Amino acid sequence: MTQAQLARGTSPLLAVRDVSVVFGGIVALNGVSFDMHKGQILGLIGPNGAGKTTLFNCLSRLYQPSSGDILMEGVSILSRPPHRIAEIGIGRTFQNVALFPNLSVMDNVRVGAHSKTSSDIISDSLKLAWVRRSETDVNKKVHEILAYLDLEDVAHTIVSGLPFGTQKRVELARALAADPKILLLDEPAGGLNHEEVYVLGDLIRRIRDERHMTVLLVEHHMGLVMSIADHVVALNFGKKLAEGTPAQVQADPDVIKAYLGSKDQ
Amino acid sequence: MSAAEEVVAEGHEAVEAVPKRAMTLGTGTSLLVLAALLIVPAFVKNFIIFQMTMLLIYGLAVLALNILTGGSGQFSLGQSAFYAVGAYTSAVLMEHANINYALTIPISAAVCFAFGYLFGKPALRLSGVYLALATFALATAMPQLLKLNFLEHWTGGVQGLVVTKPDAPFGLPMSQDMWLYYFTLVVTVAIYIFSVNLLRSRSGRAFMAIRDNEIAASSMGVNVALYKTLAFGVSAGITGVAGSLGAIAVQFVAPDSYTITLAISLFLGMVVGGVGWLPGSFVGAAFIIFVPNMAESISKGLSGAVFGVLLFLVIYLVPHGARQIAILGQQFVGKLRKN
Repeated sequence: MTQAQLARGTSPLLAVRDVSVVFGGIVALNGVSFDMHKGQILGLIGPNGAGKTTLFNCLSRLYQPSSGDILMEGVSILSRPPHRIAEIGIGRTFQNVALFPNLSVMDNVRVGAHSKTSSDIISDSLKLAWVRRSETDVNKKVHEILAYLDLEDVAHTIVSGLPFGTQKRVELARALAADPKILLLDEPAGGLNHEEVYVLGDLIRRIRDERHMTVLLVEHHMGLVMSIADHVVALNFGKKLAEGTPAQVQADPDVIKAYLGSKDQ
Repeated sequence: MSAAEEVVAEGHEAVEAVPKRAMTLGTGTSLLVLAALLIVPAFVKNFIIFQMTMLLIYGLAVLALNILTGGSGQFSLGQSAFYAVGAYTSAVLMEHANINYALTIPISAAVCFAFGYLFGKPALRLSGVYLALATFALATAMPQLLKLNFLEHWTGGVQGLVVTKPDAPFGLPMSQDMWLYYFTLVVTVAIYIFSVNLLRSRSGRAFMAIRDNEIAASSMGVNVALYKTLAFGVSAGITGVAGSLGAIAVQFVAPDSYTITLAISLFLGMVVGGVGWLPGSFVGAAFIIFVPNMAESISKGLSGAVFGVLLFLVIYLVPHGARQIAILGQQFVGKLRKN
């Protein structure tokens, strides 16, 4: 699919252009570039400290690159503050689950729809008709997503009491509530067992196909990345090591060296 | 807010059964309480009516703090400053500009909202104990600011201002105290309903999302700075209304009525009532009004110590305040129904 799109020459949905991030004297990312096309699942891999999460945080605007640019549908996102990223269609999950622990599953997912709705404190306090209509729409949407991710049974449970795997699904539901064009998943398989990882891979593919999303998957779990990604970018020490189909990247001698080391090291 | 989490863990059943009411009372209970508040004044003396008025007023002030702390997760020891601004706004408007007392209330809400919003801007850079310290400074400074010479013409300086108590309108056969009580009750019920609406709305969810995880909230599109300052503004606005009503009820404003002691009382009221549980605000207010008197009746010389012991007992027995009692009660009723 990716290759076909590339051949057709469609412009990328998201373009990372020569991005570098420097913390003090440490170069966390060094001139990384790649494109993401609509409908792709792009796997971003690399050993610990390779710069995966740094890049991820640049995309969600928690870090400011020292140089380079990130373009969403051709427009730079670097002048946007973090809270104005959701509205252009970039949704994310967090590495170690960052839910709102004291809110119910339903409320967590409703916060996910924040960027899609508007209100002000006066209309909210008076529960004006337009606010009620908007809330009804949000609730309908939230119920649809909860059903989609099989979370309806726990809709009214406070999330801090849920098992880790379920919390991860709630986070996914929260990201989906904003109807993002791009879904950024930061190590979604972390902390899951073998069976759960398998189910997750299936789910990510289903979300891409059925909800027409583009997915950036940052992942340690090589099996998951290789089985579901269309395109893989490998990083090491802040630099792009290799890029291509899973098979190409897996066969790349530099990648093998980075992961397994080599005799002449 | 680990306290709330614990409550949730302990009262799992109850919380799951009534998820949406987690911050409020059920409709039935609310109506019962309201009926009691409407009927009781007809059978009691004016002094008791006055105390009930003060209960509603302090309840509003505690509710305001609850929205700020329980809702958006920001601490404040400076609520007395907002209360003072509200009280003085009404007093000055009534005594110097001859504006009707009822009209001064929305004005003081607006003035205090603006004051709180502006204070919230620099306070954005602070969180937790540092924010508590900054608000503490505000509370300490306020009485001195009110005594400033060039304001003396309006504020009456150290002497303060005497406020005229309004008569019941339309020739209603009611004492001033009773009229003011019902007037306060209407304002309180309206603000309570608005607050419940607010916390259950998109804005309220944004407050609570910020309280629980700022970075995640911001990734969901919540403008953290905006909602934090709005929470300060709303809290200050409601506290200002309480201050106005307080000035009218007590018929007097003076700088030293609004010291840090008041702010700490309000904070205490919130903890006793249960952080984040709106009806608890009024239970907390009852605690800060009546328990010091009880302590004094037990021992005149050691009233402070007795108060301390009583407070300690409450915290030890019900660490989550009135909310915990409400949850236990709810479970008890639930069990009775099953049997």
